[in-house]
Amino acid sequence: MIRDGLVPLAAGTIFGAGLTIGGMTDPARVRGFLDLFGAWDPTLAFVMGGAVLVMALAWLLQSRMRRPFFAEGFALPDRNDLTPRLVGGSALFGVGWGIAGLCPGPGFAALAIAPGEAALFVAAMLAGMVLVRLFEGPPA
Amino acid sequence: MMLPGFPDAAPLPGLIGGVLIGLAAALMLLGAGRIAGVSGIAARAFGLAESALPRAGAWAFLIGLPLGALIITAINGSATPAFAGPVTLMIAGLVVGIGTLLGSGCTSGHGVCGMSRLSQRSLVATLTFMATGFATVAAMNALGLEVLS
Repeated sequence: MIRDGLVPLAAGTIFGAGLTIGGMTDPARVRGFLDLFGAWDPTLAFVMGGAVLVMALAWLLQSRMRRPFFAEGFALPDRNDLTPRLVGGSALFGVGWGIAGLCPGPGFAALAIAPGEAALFVAAMLAGMVLVRLFEGPPA
Repeated sequence: MMLPGFPDAAPLPGLIGGVLIGLAAALMLLGAGRIAGVSGIAARAFGLAESALPRAGAWAFLIGLPLGALIITAINGSATPAFAGPVTLMIAGLVVGIGTLLGSGCTSGHGVCGMSRLSQRSLVATLTFMATGFATVAAMNALGLEVLS
């Protein structure tokens, strides 16, 4: 139990700190980045660039590891098929991201910054997921 | 540090924040053997998706997110940013929830973890949600819709 929770808790905390420092929990900053054809704010490109660079190194390391440091084995996505569901879902997500300047990670992190607003966003997001489940049935 | 031509940009905090996000995702990958995709972890925590991540781990990660934000705001003492109004937040949240579940990921899972792995699905997903994000903000600006107060 403690072992299951400790690494994710540390990772989540560092993740939330990074989101806040990088400006992802500030909707104006996010919408400024998405305002490519207006007063574009490139800050988020630096956030994305820094994160992808570090993770690219992590993947390199991962390919040489037989198992993770604190778990029995790796459980990673292995799908490679491009589906209408993937594209359509991602398209919808981008619309929602643009409307309020929040995506899931910053939504949760912002619970510590603007609790009422963030809770409303997170609750609606979970409701959206429930809606999909109601249409599609329980998770496969 | 200023970025020429972009007086409002904060490239250094952006880069530091990004490196921290990358380190956090790396810790999940190399420590727990799992992907740090927030929409998937949230769905897992609330029993809306099957995942190899133990449910306790999903909750621990989610609790960490505001904890990290709290630590930074306590140190920086920064002012509370502007958020959209309640109706806008609910519409946006609903669309984000539907979209991320259908699309199997968001900015963290596809954008950070998948792109860095050169996953074909994540590259397509990221290009798609960036494009519709750009289009949404452009359309809202063209219509004169101000959402942040």
